[in-house]
Amino acid sequence: MSEHVAPLKLYFFVFISLLVLTLLTWRIAYIDLGRWNTVVMLVIAACKATLVGTFFMHLRWSASMVRLVLFAAIFWLVIMITLTIGDFFSRNKVSDAHPWQASTEVSQPLATATQR
Amino acid sequence: MHNTQTVFYEQFDDRTQQHEASSLGMWIFLATEIMFFGAVFTAYTVYRNLYTVAFETGSHLLNTPIGAFNTAVLIGSSLTMALAVHAAQTGKRKRLIAFLISTMILGGVFVGIKFFLEWTHDYHEGLAPGLHWTYAGPQSSHVAMFFVFYFVLTGIHATHMVVGEGIMAVLLVMAWRGKFSPERYNPVEMFGLYWHFVDIVWIFLFPLLYLLGAHF
Repeated sequence: MSEHVAPLKLYFFVFISLLVLTLLTWRIAYIDLGRWNTVVMLVIAACKATLVGTFFMHLRWSASMVRLVLFAAIFWLVIMITLTIGDFFSRNKVSDAHPWQASTEVSQPLATATQR
Repeated sequence: MHNTQTVFYEQFDDRTQQHEASSLGMWIFLATEIMFFGAVFTAYTVYRNLYTVAFETGSHLLNTPIGAFNTAVLIGSSLTMALAVHAAQTGKRKRLIAFLISTMILGGVFVGIKFFLEWTHDYHEGLAPGLHWTYAGPQSSHVAMFFVFYFVLTGIHATHMVVGEGIMAVLLVMAWRGKFSPERYNPVEMFGLYWHFVDIVWIFLFPLLYLLGAHF
């Protein structure tokens, strides 16, 4: 049922959970976990976002069409981030910086072939 | 059910369909908002990986307790907004007005702290790239890049909140005039979605901007 009226107690429970998670992420940030700091932060942020979305934004009781829109948005966001990162951080990973110059002998017959 | 005209518009079969249609429209708008903020988050991810140390140094210059306090304020305003929607659903006019006002106050506290305690302070400290930049530590130009992201992200977030305050003022007048009832409260609920979305954006901004450099 889309027009579900949630019990008030649930909203307060979600609120308290969000505050506890905020406190948790804030205190953990002062501990040096190396690159895991970011992972922990993002996992906690994702949990908080899920709580807000599920209960405050009524996704728990929403039509599946509405959830599909959210899923599509997140899916496209993931595509944008992964492809951009994949591009940026693989640019200097190729051992030969100029592969098209190194293979001149191989492409020579091709070059002469196109001249003819 | 003496006046069915106000319950749902003629293009809909019933109230459930009308409600789903407005939810769907609002969520499509929120999807475009996700892409809008997502683009800046993507750029942030790239630059943060390019200038990791500079970004941690920049983050360290921010006031983490103020950021945490503001996070709590915003979560509180999300709660009062959810309670406002609940009051509208159950037809409690006075409670709806009270919760809308408390949401506006909490939102105002957030933007006020942002503007007067943080941005003004950063500006005077010489941490505003392009306006007043006096940071002389190592990798100054890369630290400046962090502050560009800080001002752009918190700036567009605060803009969303100011817009929200305006819409809430309209909702408040409508609630005052008794325009909402358990049969017709869609504007309150759809605005609630927007407000919670802005809260979620901050939930990600707080760790990515403030907590990044807290550990050293």
